Amino acid sequence: MSYANLYEPPGPRGVRRNRVLAGAVTLVLLAIAYVVYVRFDEKDQWAADKWLPLLRGDVWATFILPGLAGTLGAAVAGVLLAGLFGLVFAVARMSEHAWIRVPAAAVVEFFRSVPLLLLIFFAFFGSYMVIGVNISAFAAVVFGLTLYNGSVIAEIVRAGVLSLPKGQREAAYAVGMRKSQVMRLVLLPQGVRVMLPALVSQFIVLLKDSALGLIVGYDELVDRGLNGIAANFSNVIPAAILIAAIFIAINTSLDRLAHRLGAA
Amino acid sequence: MEALLIEGDTILAAFWMTIRLTAVSALGSLVLGTLLTAMRVAPLAALRAAAGTYVSVARNTPLTLVLLFTGLGVGANLGVELSDDIATNNFWLACIGLTAYTSAFVCEALRSGLNTVPVGQAEAARSLGLGFVKTLRLITLPQAFRAVVAPLGSILIALTKNTTIALVVGVSEASVRMREMIETYGDQVIQIFLGFAAGFVLLCLPMGLLFGWLSRRMAVAR
Repeated sequence: MSYANLYEPPGPRGVRRNRVLAGAVTLVLLAIAYVVYVRFDEKDQWAADKWLPLLRGDVWATFILPGLAGTLGAAVAGVLLAGLFGLVFAVARMSEHAWIRVPAAAVVEFFRSVPLLLLIFFAFFGSYMVIGVNISAFAAVVFGLTLYNGSVIAEIVRAGVLSLPKGQREAAYAVGMRKSQVMRLVLLPQGVRVMLPALVSQFIVLLKDSALGLIVGYDELVDRGLNGIAANFSNVIPAAILIAAIFIAINTSLDRLAHRLGAA
Repeated sequence: MEALLIEGDTILAAFWMTIRLTAVSALGSLVLGTLLTAMRVAPLAALRAAAGTYVSVARNTPLTLVLLFTGLGVGANLGVELSDDIATNNFWLACIGLTAYTSAFVCEALRSGLNTVPVGQAEAARSLGLGFVKTLRLITLPQAFRAVVAPLGSILIALTKNTTIALVVGVSEASVRMREMIETYGDQVIQIFLGFAAGFVLLCLPMGLLFGWLSRRMAVAR
C-alpha cells in the first residue's frame, strides 16, 4: 500500500526540492556504502581470491551443499515434529476435561517462554545425565525446535479454531458427529487453513532458528559457511554475504508463499 | 537444588547481563525501528528503497548469522572498537547486532500500526498545512504507537530470549552460565535447566502482563 496520504503531491517547487533531497540522500547512502567498502577493502575482503572460491564446485560440494542439507534437514524434521506437537497440544488445550486442558496449557506456556538455546543446551549437554545417552547435535537441535515452535504452532492452531463461527461446531454435532470427529473433520482443517499465513511465518522462524545448531557443532549452513569456508580461504565477509543471500532467498520465497496463501 | 543456591550470585550476574543486553538493545531497536518506519513512508523513493531493503535483509537472516557478522565483520574486520576492555567491547557489539535485527521487526510492527490510523487523520493534518515530518511526528506516529503496544511487547519478549544468542560474540549471559553449570553439576541437570527457565519466565511474564495492560489502556478509542 502507498502512504501518499501522508504528504501532498509536490508542486513544481516541491518536485525540485525533492530532487535535490533525493540526490543528497543517495549521496549519503553511497558514502556510507563507500566507507564500509573501503574498510573491508583494507582487509582485502573484496579481493578476487576471496570471492572466486565461492564459485568453485568443490567448495559447494564440500561446504555449502552439505550445510544446506543440514539446515534443511533440521528444519524439515522440526516442521514435521513441531506441527505434530502443535496439533496435539492445540487439541489438548481445547479439551473439555480440565485434567487434559490445564497441563497442556502449562506445557505450551512453559516452552513458549524458554529461550530455544536453553532447550538445545539442556538436550545436548544434559542428555547423558538425564537419560544416560549422549544424543547427537542434530537430535538436540530438532528437540529444541520441536518444543519451542510446536508450542507456538499450538497457539496459532488454537487461535484459528477459536476464530471459526460457532455454527460450524453446532452443525457438525447436529449431523451426529462425535467430539473427535467434529475436531478432526470440521474444526481443525478450517482452523489450520485460516492460519496458514501465520504457520508459514512460523516455519520461517524455525528455519532461521535452525542456525543455532552451530553453537552445539551441528553442521548447518552458517557453520559450514563461517567456520568451514572462511577458515579455509579467510573470507569471512564474502562467505557471510553468500550464506545470508541463500537464507534470504529461501525465506522471501516462503514469505511470498504465505502472502499468496493469505490472499487465496 | 544446592547448585542453584551455591551459585546464586553468579546466576544473578548472568541474568543481569541478559537484562542489560535486553534494555540497551530494546532502546536501540525502538529508535532505529522508528527511524526506519519514517524512511519507509517518506516522500523520497531513495529512502523508501533503502529502508525496505534493510528490513527484508535483517528480517530474513538468522540472528546467529547477524551476530556472527557483527562480531567477525564489524568487530574484527571493520576494526570497530567500542571499548578497550574486551568484555565491554563484546557487549556493545552484541547490542549492535541485536538492535540491527530487532529494529526490522519494530519497523514492521509500526508500519502495520500506521495502517490502522484512519486516512482522515493525515488528511486533516495536511489541510492544516502540516508537512510530511510534522504529520508523521505529531499525528500519525503517536497513534500508530498506541495501536501496536501489544506487538511491541511480543518483540521485547522475543528480544529477551534472543539475547541468549549473544554468546556467539563472547558475551557471558544466562545461557553460557547454564552450560557451564550443567558441566560442573552433572547430577542436577534438570534442576539447573528448570532454574534458568524459571528465570526467563520471571523476566517475560511481567512484560507480557504489563504490555497487555498498557495496550488496553493506551488503545485509541475509535
